Amino acid sequence: MSASAGARRWRAQLEEAVLPAVVALLIAALVGDVLIIVYGQSPGEVYRALLEGTWGNAYGLGQVLYKTTTLTFTGLSVAIGLRAGLFNIGAESQLAAGGFAAGVLGTLLPPGLPALLVLPLFIVAAAIGGGAVGGAAGVLKSKWGAHEVITTIMLNFIVLALLNYLTVAHFKVFDTLHTADVRSGALPRLSALIPPFHGSAANMVLFLALAVVAVAWWYLFRSRAGYELRAVGLQPGAAEYGGVNVPGVWWRAMLISGAVAGIGGLNFVLGYKHYYEDGFSTGAGFLGIAVALVGRNNPVGVVLAALLFGTLSQGGLAVNALVPKQMVDVLQAVVIIAVVTSVPEVRRVLRSARRRGGPEA
Amino acid sequence: MMFLAFLSQTIRIAMPYLFASAGGVLSERSGLIGLGLEGYMLSGAFCAALGSYYSHSPWIGLAAGLAGGTVFAALYGLCSVRYKGDQVVVGVAINLLAVGITRFFLRFAFGSSSNSPRVPGFSVAETGSGLLALAHDPMIWMGALAMPVVGWVLYRTPFGLRVRAVGEHPGAALSVGIPVARVRWLAVLLSGAIAGMGGAYLALDQHQFTDQMTAGRGFIALAAIIFGRWDPPRVGLACLLFAAAETFQIRLQGASAVPAQFVEMIPYVLTIVALAGVVGRAVPPAALGKTDE
Repeated sequence: MSASAGARRWRAQLEEAVLPAVVALLIAALVGDVLIIVYGQSPGEVYRALLEGTWGNAYGLGQVLYKTTTLTFTGLSVAIGLRAGLFNIGAESQLAAGGFAAGVLGTLLPPGLPALLVLPLFIVAAAIGGGAVGGAAGVLKSKWGAHEVITTIMLNFIVLALLNYLTVAHFKVFDTLHTADVRSGALPRLSALIPPFHGSAANMVLFLALAVVAVAWWYLFRSRAGYELRAVGLQPGAAEYGGVNVPGVWWRAMLISGAVAGIGGLNFVLGYKHYYEDGFSTGAGFLGIAVALVGRNNPVGVVLAALLFGTLSQGGLAVNALVPKQMVDVLQAVVIIAVVTSVPEVRRVLRSARRRGGPEA
Repeated sequence: MMFLAFLSQTIRIAMPYLFASAGGVLSERSGLIGLGLEGYMLSGAFCAALGSYYSHSPWIGLAAGLAGGTVFAALYGLCSVRYKGDQVVVGVAINLLAVGITRFFLRFAFGSSSNSPRVPGFSVAETGSGLLALAHDPMIWMGALAMPVVGWVLYRTPFGLRVRAVGEHPGAALSVGIPVARVRWLAVLLSGAIAGMGGAYLALDQHQFTDQMTAGRGFIALAAIIFGRWDPPRVGLACLLFAAAETFQIRLQGASAVPAQFVEMIPYVLTIVALAGVVGRAVPPAALGKTDE
């Protein structure tokens, strides 16, 4: 009896989690059809080109994996915030700050150190860079009650302008907008392990992303601090009554959220270009919101959602010969809007269907 | 002379902020976060350029820009008022959608990925300080009137009273028979129309649409709303203050001891300071962002 009730509850949760994403993809495909037909092309051909250019060859897949890696970090960052009931809109600048800290560290290290030896240093630097920005929003919320949505948006502009100033005025290589190459710590591309990926940007930070996902899962669902974080997210009043220091959880959650986004900067700095470049994070932070949303704030779901949005991002280039690649930007926005709109609606419909079907349904 | 030129440049820079934040105040006072202002403006700018290009009339362009902003606001209303989706997420997505759609149709309509061809606008040739040219631009007058009109509507009309009631305590408003959803719908549609005019001003003033031409102005408008504590006269002053800082930076380019990036930060830093309550706390409408009960 209790086993079947448990299975029923699990199935209900799965339905509520997966159905909105399915509905959203259908709506996005429909909007895509309209745009493609307006442009005078055949939807079947465009979608085939999209699939072939992403999953159809090793290079395309490698590019998808590269984009997925960054989106996993930003998506996880937003998801951790949301688990604590906080909306981190600042992943964009946290990612940039993490990348900048790593890039500067790379120019200060002596050359020729083994990458694995200095990797922890880079992780700490990137986490401090991103964590400082996220943590600032957290402290503004805990100490002065400033809403994190607004402060993280404002911090995006402030931090990106500050990084632009620091890069242009102090750290850039002449005639570019990027820092000098890191002298130690550059990580190999994925093609070092799997040669067909040759030429694509996918690199070893992919495995770091998966490790961070595992740690985040353990933290959220198996640690005491993670339990408190989720309790605050669900019912801050109840959590406080239960003895949780709610403002303390708030700033720690924002700190961790920012740090995770910051570590994402390593994908570009250590794995791809080996320097920090002004503007490398453009768009990845906002897409992180979409990834967290579609992944239902679950670390494993975040990876799958990052794969979906990574595919779409890369897919734009694959279809550009047939329709403007901006079609994909539209589809990504439609997916976000459709998911967030259908989550409450699908839950309502499912629950009323279950009630009507009686306790057995 | 220097001062008049400074003044006229400040007014021109302030125009999009005044339009967008006048719309935004209406939306936010009804409980709907104005995160999509940037998207309404971008859509308004593109539609205005399109309308003006094909009709050769800036008036048709203005009407098209107004409609373009309203359509995006209607989408926001549909998602957040009708289906109770999370306002922050919908707002962010509206902005992404506006960037994508305007780029897609820029390539479709004009075959370019950067800008439209030259379109007719209101502005006349600049002479002297440029103040006289401003007086001949009807949109300057509309922009100057937008905030006072919104203030009058909010504080002096039954509709404004309802907007404020719905934004502070929707439950109480509902219990005395105010149709909460309908009031919010009207407020958000008006906010899209007014912000769309701000976008139209940009496109018509520059005689073209360029990719992402709003460049964060919707967020500066949002900053002005918060810094001005959701009160139209103060929001209007905040817009002028931010615009003056920008003019100052443009005029002093190169000669200034303060790097341009630090001047850019002023609106955002002031907004955080206002929210954190260092000098008197900015308190948002009580039901802002809460349409999910």
